[in-house]
Amino acid sequence: MITELGQFALILAFAVALFQSVVPLVGAARRWPGWMEAAAPAAVAQALLVIFAFAALTWAFVTSDFSLSLVWANSHSAKPMLYKITGVWGNHEGSMLLWILIVALFGAAAALFSDNLPATFRARVLAVQGMIGLAFLGFLLFTSNPFLRLAVPPFDGTDLNPLLQDPGLAFHPPFLYLGYVGLSMSFSFAVAALIEGRVDAAWGRWVRPWTLAAWMFLTVGIALGSWWAYYELGWGGFWFWDPVENASFMPWLIAAALLHSAIVVEKRESLKAWTILLAIIAFGFSLIGAFITRSGVITSVHAFATDPERGVVLLAITGVFMGGALTLFAFRADDMASKGVFGLVSRESALVLNNILLAVAAFVVFVGTIWPLVAEMVFDRKLSVGAPFFNMAFTPFMVALGVLLPVGSMLPWKRAKAGRILRRLVPAAVLALAVGGLLYAVQSGRSALGPVGLMLGTWLVAGAAADLWMRKGNGGLSRLGRLPRADWGRVVAHAGLGVCIAGISAMLAWQQEDIRVVQVGDRVELAGYELTLREVNRVDGPNYVSTMADVVLTRGGRPVGTLHPEKRVYPVAGMPTTEAGIDNGVMRDIYVALGDPQPGGGWAMRSYYKPLANWIWGGAMLMALGGALSLSDRRYRVAAGAARAPRAEGVPAE
Amino acid sequence: MRPLRQMVDCIHPTLMALTVLLLTGLLAPAPALAVQPDEMLSDPALEARARDISQGLRCLVCQNENIDDSNADLARDLRLLVRERLVAGDSNEEVVDFIVGRYTEYVLLRPRASGSSLVLWAAGPVMLLLGLILGLVYVRSRSRRAGTDPEEALSDEEEARLREILKN
Repeated sequence: MITELGQFALILAFAVALFQSVVPLVGAARRWPGWMEAAAPAAVAQALLVIFAFAALTWAFVTSDFSLSLVWANSHSAKPMLYKITGVWGNHEGSMLLWILIVALFGAAAALFSDNLPATFRARVLAVQGMIGLAFLGFLLFTSNPFLRLAVPPFDGTDLNPLLQDPGLAFHPPFLYLGYVGLSMSFSFAVAALIEGRVDAAWGRWVRPWTLAAWMFLTVGIALGSWWAYYELGWGGFWFWDPVENASFMPWLIAAALLHSAIVVEKRESLKAWTILLAIIAFGFSLIGAFITRSGVITSVHAFATDPERGVVLLAITGVFMGGALTLFAFRADDMASKGVFGLVSRESALVLNNILLAVAAFVVFVGTIWPLVAEMVFDRKLSVGAPFFNMAFTPFMVALGVLLPVGSMLPWKRAKAGRILRRLVPAAVLALAVGGLLYAVQSGRSALGPVGLMLGTWLVAGAAADLWMRKGNGGLSRLGRLPRADWGRVVAHAGLGVCIAGISAMLAWQQEDIRVVQVGDRVELAGYELTLREVNRVDGPNYVSTMADVVLTRGGRPVGTLHPEKRVYPVAGMPTTEAGIDNGVMRDIYVALGDPQPGGGWAMRSYYKPLANWIWGGAMLMALGGALSLSDRRYRVAAGAARAPRAEGVPAE
Repeated sequence: MRPLRQMVDCIHPTLMALTVLLLTGLLAPAPALAVQPDEMLSDPALEARARDISQGLRCLVCQNENIDDSNADLARDLRLLVRERLVAGDSNEEVVDFIVGRYTEYVLLRPRASGSSLVLWAAGPVMLLLGLILGLVYVRSRSRRAGTDPEEALSDEEEARLREILKN
């Protein structure tokens, strides 16, 4: 019964979205207040209906209603409750419903917190958001209905893919979707501004909080995914440059560019056309990401679970939204002349450079991701583009960005004297060179990656500190507490990038590994630590059977900890997983993965020493924290004419 | 169905996990355990070279996974082949050439910059150059106007007055 009501709510939401896409738009064109004001209640109604549908599907999963085909295929009665709930989005249909839920929630949030927007603009923003909801509701209802029943309900389900039964991965998709879909708000603001024919400082201020929120969520989502890969895959890799990862990374890069260029629009009324274009492209990459991951066109050279029909529909949605927005952009480009004037050396110029580097970096990732497809279709060459290409083609952009960032972030608006800023950065540069030189001297005969990476990281963190010191001016330390939150946000996020870069380079450069067959009682020495395999036991979990090892970690004979690497088998899904045993530390992780039992007795065991591993995700969290600080800045809360910032906690991330 | 089995063995787990969220969750990968102790060469220098080469070669039946990380049978065969050639005295390039000769350029994770692949390699640098030129044109157009804007520029007289004020 509830299932049918859920289905019905979806159909109603589709009708409401249709209303929301058309009526306010007509109202805004004809200046009919009643029609314009219909947008907000429609957005709220759509959100309520989709919330109901989502709750109905969640209810079916929680109560293990195997008469639903989706529940049967992705759940099992013995599964822990947490994973029954996260199983709702652990599949195509459910994740699409989550996507739609977030579109609708963002639309409702925009409706509730946009009293300050001009009536026509508000109506148009909500209408565009309604169109996005409409497109995806149509996609869900006509190609991927989550509420399909089975004629004969089976006794039990076939369980969720065990890899997804993990806390890291359980919350990875909601954050990622909040990011992807958050960019739909930037898109709606951009398109509404194009229809309106007006882009000014106020627009920059309205669009920035939404972009910041989306970027923050994407940062957290990507970091969660990467962290999960690290502890789950058994060799501690954290980024693989495969198309699905790239699909999330491209919008992240463009969103980063967008939230920088929106500052220029807000403060200086320049870069307007470019910022609008970025807002369109950012959401475009979200849509392309959805297409890449769900159509299987690029990932599945070997006919892996492809669904051409869904792919075509998604491609059509992408094409319509991008084509429409870009056409509109072409017509309106002339109305968006820059107003501000600034010197060659100025913060404006630095932000232009930031945008060029981020946008071209995203372009490189994009070309690399689709190149196998292009090469096969156009040149009839079957080739692969993998991590070695991306490492080589992408990294220089990040290095250039890192080198220039501390200088750019300290330059004043309009016109700057480079010498003055550079002098303030001398201590940071000296510190960075000292760190790099020292590390180069200490390590013997290995690549320059480690020292250079840590030098860059130090430069960024010390540069952020110099930035803070300069904002403080001549006032005492107490002034630091009174700095605008946006200043703190910038400094923390930039330092976070430095921490992240340091972590990545240290781990890649100085990781040590040991792969061998170990008998119970044997000792492995690794990077000054000793690992002893004490015993291997069979342990029963709620819906899996585990082979769990006890590995004692000591250093110079003194105990440090006990690690429990596991191999699990999920009998229902018929699948094994590995769970690495990790001793986390600030300066290093010790990482142990248990392999197969060997014919001659003993176990294959892989042990790793991973320096600064946690800095990678710690840096990402700092970046997200910087975004949150910036989002809480006073000007988004009280400035006249500004839309209120979206409440980060207002969107459930269950 | 050997190929399918191999696919299931080595479908990239991250990719899979993410894809599964988005697709229907049909296939189930095994965790990749990659290089096994019994494959490794006793000479550490040679083994290090083997690892290095392995990371640039694609497991042919996998999605975007190198043979060093892959758990598929074919990846193991390739790892053993790489080591065989190294022990026989091949240089790194010769090993890679040998494998490419047998399995085509599809096996390379970093396409060679030749023929149409030049476009792939040139795309970034060319776009950067284009971006820098456009950016410079834009910035210059804004800064040239700086001189004419009454709000921005101070006349000599004003500069002198300002200096005086600051001095006092």
